[in-house]
Amino acid sequence: MKFLHDLLEKQKPMFEKGGKLEQFYYLFEAGETFLFTPSTVTKSKGVQVRDAVDLKRMMMTVVIALVPALLFGMWNVGEMHYLSLGEEASFMDKFLHGLIITIPVVLVAYTAGGLVEVAFGVIRKHPINEGFLVTGMLIPLVMPPTIPLWQVALATVFAVLIAKEIFGGTGMNVLNIALTARAFLYFTYPGDISGDTVWVSGAPDSFSGATFLGLAQAASNGGVAVTDYIASGITNFDFSVESLVIGTIPGSIGETSVIAIGIGAIILLVTRVASFRIMAGTVLGAIAMGLVMQAFAANTYMSLPFYYHLIAGGFAFGAVFMATDPVSAAHTGAGKWIYGVLIGIMTVIIRVWNPAYPEGIMLAILLMNVMAPLIDYYVVNANKKRRLKRATV
Amino acid sequence: MSVNIKLKKGFDIKLEGAANLSVASVDQPETFAVKPSSFVGFQRPKMLVKEGDVVKAGDPLFFDRKQEGVMYTAPVSGEVVAINRGAQRRLLEVVILKDKDIEYREFPKVSVDSLIKEDAKKTMLESGAWLELVQRPFAVVANIEADPRAIFISAFDTHPLAADTNFVLKGQEQYLQAGIEVLKKFTSNIHINVDNSSNIMAGLKGATINTFAGIHPAGNVGVQIHHVDPIRSGEDVVWTLTPQGLAIIGKLFTEGRYDTKKLVAIAGSEVSNPEYIETYVGARLDKVLSKKVSGSNVRVISGNVLTGEAIAKDGYLNHYDNLVTVIPEGNKPRFFLSDGWLAPIFNRLSFHKAFGLFAGSSKTYKLDTSLNGEERAFVFSGQFEKVLPMDIYPTYLLKAIMANDYDEMEALGIYELAEEDLALCEFIDVSKHDVQAILRRGLDELRLA
Repeated sequence: MKFLHDLLEKQKPMFEKGGKLEQFYYLFEAGETFLFTPSTVTKSKGVQVRDAVDLKRMMMTVVIALVPALLFGMWNVGEMHYLSLGEEASFMDKFLHGLIITIPVVLVAYTAGGLVEVAFGVIRKHPINEGFLVTGMLIPLVMPPTIPLWQVALATVFAVLIAKEIFGGTGMNVLNIALTARAFLYFTYPGDISGDTVWVSGAPDSFSGATFLGLAQAASNGGVAVTDYIASGITNFDFSVESLVIGTIPGSIGETSVIAIGIGAIILLVTRVASFRIMAGTVLGAIAMGLVMQAFAANTYMSLPFYYHLIAGGFAFGAVFMATDPVSAAHTGAGKWIYGVLIGIMTVIIRVWNPAYPEGIMLAILLMNVMAPLIDYYVVNANKKRRLKRATV
Repeated sequence: MSVNIKLKKGFDIKLEGAANLSVASVDQPETFAVKPSSFVGFQRPKMLVKEGDVVKAGDPLFFDRKQEGVMYTAPVSGEVVAINRGAQRRLLEVVILKDKDIEYREFPKVSVDSLIKEDAKKTMLESGAWLELVQRPFAVVANIEADPRAIFISAFDTHPLAADTNFVLKGQEQYLQAGIEVLKKFTSNIHINVDNSSNIMAGLKGATINTFAGIHPAGNVGVQIHHVDPIRSGEDVVWTLTPQGLAIIGKLFTEGRYDTKKLVAIAGSEVSNPEYIETYVGARLDKVLSKKVSGSNVRVISGNVLTGEAIAKDGYLNHYDNLVTVIPEGNKPRFFLSDGWLAPIFNRLSFHKAFGLFAGSSKTYKLDTSLNGEERAFVFSGQFEKVLPMDIYPTYLLKAIMANDYDEMEALGIYELAEEDLALCEFIDVSKHDVQAILRRGLDELRLA
C-alpha cells in the first residue's frame, strides 16, 4: 500500500497552506485519513502512547450493528410487497425487491448529507466528521419503503444543516440528526410518512397497510380490545407477538424486527459503544409506564399488555440506536438513567394518550434530547454541592 | 486515622521491558544538568553562576524571581560548562561537568529532635531539597509562604514500567524516617499511602499509614488525597513528595549534605536487558543508552509513558524522574484495512472494546508513539469517568477550562487534580485531545490570575 500512500503524499502540498486547492484541505484530509491512519505521533509532553481506538472505528462499530436491521429490512420490504399482492415469491425475489427499494434511499441519504458535510467542512474549515457514517445509515432505516427520494434528500439536508452544522458540527448538536430528518418529514409531508398506505411498497390501492400502533389507536377509539380488534380480520397482516418480534410486519425499513435490532444491541453493548444505562433505562421506563397504564386500564389501549410497547413500532430501534446517540443524550452516568427512563415513559404516554401521533418514540427521544443538558446540569450540580459541602466542614 | 481503600476504576498499561531488579555497571555520565522545565510553573530565572564557575553539590545555580528563596542547586560538584538557552533566551539547562569525586557543600548536621522549623526550612531552601516538596493545589514546587495542612506521600508507583519503590529505597530506611521527623516540624498530619504491608515505608513511625489497593491510578498521590482528606479550596495547601525525595531530605539532615544519588530504571521494549543504574539527579543518558538501545527510530522518555517527556538520546533526566522509558516511534501510516481503523488489532492496547479491538490489559505490549487516529470533537461520553477513581466529571472540567470559566473550574474540582491524574483519560480519549495540557492551562490560569 506504500505506492498509494506515496501518491497521496505527493498531492498533499496542493491542499496545504499556500497550495492551489488550499480551501479543500479538509476534503483531502477526509479522504486521506479514510485510507491511512496518519503517521502523526504523540507530542513531547503528555502521554507518549495512545489507545488504539479512534472515532472512525467507534462509528464503524455502530454501522456494523445496523447491518442486521438493514438486511432484515430489505427482505421484509419484499415480503410485505408480495404479501400485499397476494403472490408467492422466493426469498431472493423478496430480498431483491427490498434491495431495489432500499439502496437508492441509502445512497440519497449518504450523498445529500455528505455534500452538506463536505461543504461545511470546506467553508467552515473543520474536519469532515465520521459521525455521518452513522447518520447516513440511520436515516434510511427510519423511512417507510415508499418514501419519495427527493424527500429523503430534503430531510437529510435539513437535518444536517439545522440540527448539526449551525450548532458547530459533530459533537455540538442538541438533537439527534436522523430523528430530526424524520421529524421534518413527519410535520412537512405527513401523508408520505404516516397513515395506512405508506408502509408497503407497491401495494394495490385497496390494500390497507395499517401498522399495529395505528390499529391499536383505532381499536381504542372503537372501544374494542386491541388484540380482539386485530384478530377480527381488519388487517391482512399477522400481528401476533411472534410476528412483532421477528419483524414480519409493515413499518419503516429497519425498525420492524426486534431480533435483528437485538443483535445490533448486543454488538453495541459488548463493544461498549452504546450506553447500557440508556438502553436499559428506556426499556424499564416503557415497562413501568405500560404497567401503570394496564393498572388503570381506562380504555382498551391502556389495557394492552405492557410488553406490546416494547415490540411494536419503532421502540426497539429507537431505544437501541437513537436514544443512545452519545452526543444528544445525557452525558453523566446518573443522567443517562434518568434520560433513558423518561424516554420510555414518554413513548408510551404519547402512543396511548395522544391521538395525533400513533408512534411516540421519535418525539419522546427528541424531547429528551432537549432535556438532556438540563438533566446533566442537575447531576453535575449535585457533584459541585458535594464538593462545596466538604469545603465548609 | 489510617484508612484502607480499594479502588476499582482505572486501567493498567502493561508494557514490555520492565526493569530487572539489578543495577547495571555503567560509568557515571560526565555531565549533569538542571532544567527549569523539570519544575512545572517555573517562571523567570535569575542566574547565580556563569560558565566556568566551579560548584559543589548543593551550591545554588539559579532561582525563580517569582519565588525568591527557593534555590535550584547543583546535584553534583564540578564546573559549570554550559548555560543553554532557547528561543527568546529562555533558560533550557545549566550543565555541570562532574568531578571524579563529588564534593558536597556542608550543611549543619543536627539531631532532628532539636531541629526547629525555621532552621529546617532554611536548610531545605538553601540546599535545593525544598524542590522535593510539591504542593497541591496546582502541583508546583511548594510555596514558601504557606504552611501545609497535611503531607502526603505515595509509597508505590502504578505507572507503566514504574521503578520498584522497595528496590530503589533498599537500605535507606533511616533516611526515610529522618525525613518524616523533619517534615513533622511543618505539620503533624503526615500520610504515607502504601500498597501492602511489605512496602518499605509501611513500617515508618510518626505518620499515618493508609493502604490502597487497585490498578493504576491507585498509586497517584492526587487520587489518594481525594480519598483520605480531599483538598477543599485554592488556599487549602497540602504537600506531596516522592519516597526518593523524602530520602534526600532525610539524608540532608543526618549527613549534612545534599546527596541526590538515586537508582533509575532504564526500561521499555527497545532496551536490551532493562535494569537500574545508580546515578544522580539530572544525569545525561547517552552513555547508558548507547549501551542498551540499538534502534534509531525510538523515543527516549524521561519518566513514564503517561506523564513523561520525550528527550533526546543524549538528553538529561528530569529532576523528579527515576525512570527512563524507551519505546519505538510510531511515525508510519497505517492502511485502513491492513492495520488501520477497520482492521482487527491484536498488538495495540485499547481500553475500549469497539469492533476489532482485541487487545486487553491482561498481556504486555510493545506500544509505539502513534496517535492512532486524528483529533476530533468530543463525541463519546462517560469514558473518562471509568479511569478516574475520583468524584469528578473530567469532561465538564475540561470544557470549563476551554471556556476560561474560572468559577466552574473551581466548582468542578480542578484543585484536586494534577496532570498525572488525568493522564489515563488522555490515553483512552477517542477524540485524541491533549487532556493534560488543557488541565495545566486551567491550573496556570487560576494560579497566576
